[in-house]
Amino acid sequence: MSEKKMAIIATKGTLDWAYPPFILASTAAALGFEVQIFFTFYGLQLLRKNLNLKVSPLGNPGMPMPMAMDKWFPVLGTAIPGMESIMTMMMKQKMKSKGIATVEELRTLSMEAGVVMIGCQMTVDLFDFNPNDLIDGIEFAGASAFLSFAGDSDITLYI
Amino acid sequence: MSADQELDARGLNCPLPILRAKKTLNDMSGGQVLSIIATDPGSVKDFEAFAKQTGNELMESREEGGEFHFLIKKRA
Repeated sequence: MSEKKMAIIATKGTLDWAYPPFILASTAAALGFEVQIFFTFYGLQLLRKNLNLKVSPLGNPGMPMPMAMDKWFPVLGTAIPGMESIMTMMMKQKMKSKGIATVEELRTLSMEAGVVMIGCQMTVDLFDFNPNDLIDGIEFAGASAFLSFAGDSDITLYI
Repeated sequence: MSADQELDARGLNCPLPILRAKKTLNDMSGGQVLSIIATDPGSVKDFEAFAKQTGNELMESREEGGEFHFLIKKRA
């Protein structure tokens, strides 16, 4: 039985968008897939040792808010300083109460299951990332390396 | 029938029940049976797909009092 392959590009660095790549990668690995995730631009934030991911209600009309605030709270109000932190805290509490894994947990499970994580070298240079701030066990490469794996993959996703 | 291993995945949400099941199966021998209890309604379809994809046999899948019970036999 030849192994299936999945290639993911993770481009977003917010709490909500951290979930799809890690959920799919960890699950695919459990299903026996060979998986690589290529983290580029804001997606590189997902590889930090100390994750400080936020979710923002600003410019996000689809985000349900406590007390149905998304229905009556003025849009500009979501730009008030501190809103992002409050919403992030509430989102994390909600996730915990619903038995949803943390991003750190899913990332570790993915790593343990053999998911290969690749940081975009260009992004490291562009945003002056210190590789020591990123988790151990990752690789650094560019578009060509991703395409070489993606070209042989059964599933390729841009997230 | 009695299972060789049991996994309590109650209260866990997607994809944790599948990940925990996979981890538990890794430490079991071929032909052994894993019994799983979950509360995530999505796990019904997920365990069907998991079994199909991995070749482990889903021997039983039933709901009882809002909980979902699965029996998976590890591929030999």
